[in-house]
Amino acid sequence: MDATDIILLLDSSVRLAVPLLLACLAGLYSERSGIVDIGLEGKMLGAAFAAAATAAVTGNVWLGLLAAMAVSTFMSMIHALASINFRGNQIISGVALNFLAAGFTVFLGHAWFRRGGTTPNLRPDERFSTIDLPFAQEFGQVPIIGEIYEQLLSGHSIIVYFAFLAVPVTAFVLFRTRFGLRLRAVGENPKALDTAGMSVSLLRYQALIITGLLCGVAGAYLSTAQGANFSENMTSGRGFIALAALIFAKWRPWQAMWTCLLFGVLSASQIRLQGVEFPMIGEVPVQFIQALPYILTVVLLAGFIGRAKAPKAIGQPYVKER
Amino acid sequence: MVENQTSSAQQPAKAAGSAHAIDLKKVSKAFGPVQANKDIDLTVKRNSIHGIVGENGAGKSTLMSILYGFYTADSGEIWVNGQLVKIKDSSHALELGIGMVHQHFMLVENFTVLENIILGAEGEFLLDSSKAKARDELTRLAKDYGLDVDPDALIEDLSVGQEQRVEILKALYRGADVLILDEPTGVLTPTEADQLFRILEQLRDEGKTIILITHKLREIMAVTDTVSVMRQGEMVGTIATADTSPEQLAEMMVGRRVLLRVDKTPAKPGDVVLEVKNLSVTDEIGVPRVKDVSFNVKAGEIVGIAGVAGNGQSQLLRAISGMEAPLLGDVRINGELVRFEGDDSAAKVREMGLAHVPEDRLKMGLVTQFQEWENSLLGYHDSEKYGSGPFLSVKDAIADAEKRIEMFDIRPRNPRLKTANFSGGNQQKVVLAREMDRELDVLVVGQPTRGVDIGAIEFIHKQIIELRDQGKAVLLVSVELDEIRALSDRVLVMFDGEIVTELAPDATERDFGLSMAGVDPKEGA
Repeated sequence: MDATDIILLLDSSVRLAVPLLLACLAGLYSERSGIVDIGLEGKMLGAAFAAAATAAVTGNVWLGLLAAMAVSTFMSMIHALASINFRGNQIISGVALNFLAAGFTVFLGHAWFRRGGTTPNLRPDERFSTIDLPFAQEFGQVPIIGEIYEQLLSGHSIIVYFAFLAVPVTAFVLFRTRFGLRLRAVGENPKALDTAGMSVSLLRYQALIITGLLCGVAGAYLSTAQGANFSENMTSGRGFIALAALIFAKWRPWQAMWTCLLFGVLSASQIRLQGVEFPMIGEVPVQFIQALPYILTVVLLAGFIGRAKAPKAIGQPYVKER
Repeated sequence: MVENQTSSAQQPAKAAGSAHAIDLKKVSKAFGPVQANKDIDLTVKRNSIHGIVGENGAGKSTLMSILYGFYTADSGEIWVNGQLVKIKDSSHALELGIGMVHQHFMLVENFTVLENIILGAEGEFLLDSSKAKARDELTRLAKDYGLDVDPDALIEDLSVGQEQRVEILKALYRGADVLILDEPTGVLTPTEADQLFRILEQLRDEGKTIILITHKLREIMAVTDTVSVMRQGEMVGTIATADTSPEQLAEMMVGRRVLLRVDKTPAKPGDVVLEVKNLSVTDEIGVPRVKDVSFNVKAGEIVGIAGVAGNGQSQLLRAISGMEAPLLGDVRINGELVRFEGDDSAAKVREMGLAHVPEDRLKMGLVTQFQEWENSLLGYHDSEKYGSGPFLSVKDAIADAEKRIEMFDIRPRNPRLKTANFSGGNQQKVVLAREMDRELDVLVVGQPTRGVDIGAIEFIHKQIIELRDQGKAVLLVSVELDEIRALSDRVLVMFDGEIVTELAPDATERDFGLSMAGVDPKEGA
């Protein structure tokens, strides 16, 4: 494996990390506000379907993105209603949303497109195209540095750049703004906000709107940037991996990015390892290779995380009465 | 006595014409069928420390929550600085200059002091400038009122006393003119409480008005100018503190004469039941907390362990009750050595005839989410009496719980009620009833009346004396010196993990003061 191979591997790691990263940041806003979001998976799936279906019907990928964000935010508001207003169990609400999305996307897909649950393939102009940074071709001739520029930094869709821009923005919002201070406080001790004269519900709603929007982008990326249509259960557990990454990152934005990139590398290596003959072992069954990122997720979470301190008030509905 | 007058410029302009900071007129509030406040009239003079006393459940906290906008009153008028107001919520109360320091601090543990203080009063969208502003303001407040706290310290690293200062600073930073403190000393050591009182006096001298809610009469006498007494949701009366006595206040609180002194006959000590010899205990990080302590408790006597909280009493209790193995030394019950092996030494100690009422009922004594009868069963759950094999006879357990409820006058009389819904005093009775109802030779009891109202204190004290008169040994650990002196037949004073001296309960205040500071008055200068 030479330098070019490594760069190509990292390049596909970045692409694979993006939906995780967006979902992870989405979950960060929700969980920092004290609401467990196990429904990241469902929101992504619903958004992916909405994006692909809208883009296929209208021919406009931006409308697709808008639809994705709308659907995902709508689902997030259902979660908000259940968790904040009705003080329901947040895990159950999230799981319900996951089921809802899994069923509804396939059902609507059958009903609208009659293609066995998938949406029509999008033409290149109906998808998010890649953006070439200036002089990418020219620099590409320079070994290593140029290749990094051309392969790794250039040639991604706008969502990829958005996702990586969202990391410093989130960090700034969380630690340097009034909203961030209140967001962190409401996840730790909502009573402190309440007694200081602020609305716990309003803040949590705001957080869940951001969660919905970001999940929408993540879903749109899957079906209109990385892929070219929607297929049944196309998120395949990414929402849960994102949640695991969030815990691994201890609810911090920069660590979330590194964790998602790590999972990206694992997934990318998985694709490359398929069919490779290992010394002593021989060819490993493809199913095992495919399971590797997930196994490593479990191992990492169980073994290397140290003490993950969740926001203290997470999962508890806020009741004003004392 | 305070020379610094610079702060007066910062105080909000006061409405002219009213010497009253707060006027409540006929304020009522009901929660369902419970009338928490009934036609309350209250006048709080500006620049004074106004105490509000009453038993738990007398409606003090509800009244203050109405003033702070947490609840809205069903009827009645609230006047602030001579103006009639309708307080909509807490932020409105803050705008009116009313700040509250809650009994349980409303702080975010992993935030810094500064972040906690600006939370909700940040001003600008970006934090940097509001933090800088708050830092300057904090320096000023620290100078004016002697409220020193490191602005960059994390709350979780602060002592309880310091956390309370942060709460006070939070209110002052928001421009509070009237400061309500809800049971502020419940969590403080006596030294910290004295510091708090000095701060309150300074705040008053600087022009603030303080409302102090408490059920401790000592505090009322020590620090307030005026005191209002509440009983069962009604205002009994308001008097100048200088014109009253603890006995009179106590009578007003409960509506009858209370025995602040416990009547008891001289002890008739028998054989040694509990023997502690050369006991040393270290805490979880290896710091020695109990150092070579030896004493014994005889049948038919109450031995009190006095001392300022945090001088090793907790660790001593944990070792004697079998919860924790000591580093060195022996504990003997009826002459039999306690073996600290395995995880069940606490259960073995119980079988040997020791009953233990832990000092923190919420952390160690009860599962608050359980129903009362379930808590009453804890520790007996393996007993043959309540069913055989894996099966539990709920009927028998409830019948016994009902018996104990009767014996200890636990209210409400409902074993099916969730324990969290009982008042502090009744929760404590649940623990006491459970522990005292077993076959026991020695009762080890920690802080039996912490956070318990006066009526229940009296009852609990009587029960402990009665147990002694039945010829049982009692080891009483309490930070309430009055309680120790009222109940004990002998008092051991603990300081820094050692027993400084043994005193008679009627020894002088000076002797107790000296020994609690670590000086043996018999050897002292």
